[in-house]
Amino acid sequence: MTSVPLNAYLMLALILFCIGLFGALTKRNTVIVLISIELMLNAVNINLVAFSKLGMHPSITGQVFTLFTITVAAAEAAVALAILMALFRNRSTVQIDEMDGMKH
Amino acid sequence: MNGEVLVFLILASLAVIGGLLMLNLKKVVHMLLSLVLTFLSIAGLFIMLSAEFVAVVQVLIYSGAVTIMMIFGIMLTRHQDEQRVQKNRVRTWVVLIGILVFFYTMYEAITRFVSVEQASELHIENTKQIGMALYAKYVIPFELTSVLLLVALIGAIVLAKREEEEEVKQE
Repeated sequence: MTSVPLNAYLMLALILFCIGLFGALTKRNTVIVLISIELMLNAVNINLVAFSKLGMHPSITGQVFTLFTITVAAAEAAVALAILMALFRNRSTVQIDEMDGMKH
Repeated sequence: MNGEVLVFLILASLAVIGGLLMLNLKKVVHMLLSLVLTFLSIAGLFIMLSAEFVAVVQVLIYSGAVTIMMIFGIMLTRHQDEQRVQKNRVRTWVVLIGILVFFYTMYEAITRFVSVEQASELHIENTKQIGMALYAKYVIPFELTSVLLLVALIGAIVLAKREEEEEVKQE
């Protein structure tokens, strides 16, 4: 039995998610946008692990699912960075608002 | 206030401080390093939630691999080190208001959410339990993950590789 309630973990995850969302939507450097998305995924991981321990039916599934999320997030970060490299070679910029080649 | 609440408060505030520093610092590398603080305190929270294996994976993958990879990304793209001042003030405010609305909605939902805590046995041989579940119950998703990682690896190499003509041109 723990003395920290589930709601405290959910609140922390919500705050981190909002910080990540704000960073992803307002920052101009693409690397920072990527790492903000990682922060959002991490906030979701907190929810999963918290529910797996303090939810209605405690089970290991939440932790297993967290491992899958971490794997997918790492793969996503690698591919996104590769795209960033290719884009930087062609456009010489990492500012996200200058990458509007598909807009017109 | 007992020790567990105290540890939770310290770790939670460290995580939030790391996130806020990320939003406010000027240099890109400093932003990344402040997020390492957040990732490490989240690993501490995982240990509190009796998820030791996930905590170790968090330290290895997030604060180790992903952050180092992002730093490589910064170093390899010759960038202006300072983030330029936000031009679009209106957009920042619109985003902020939207996020505040989202925050308030979720806040109301969370404060009304009541869960009855059950006794759990997650802390007994945590890694063994994860291994049993992973290889008995979730073996197909596990194998699919390996395919996904292979595809991501090949995709990243193909995308980051220089094209042939370009190499010839540069020589």
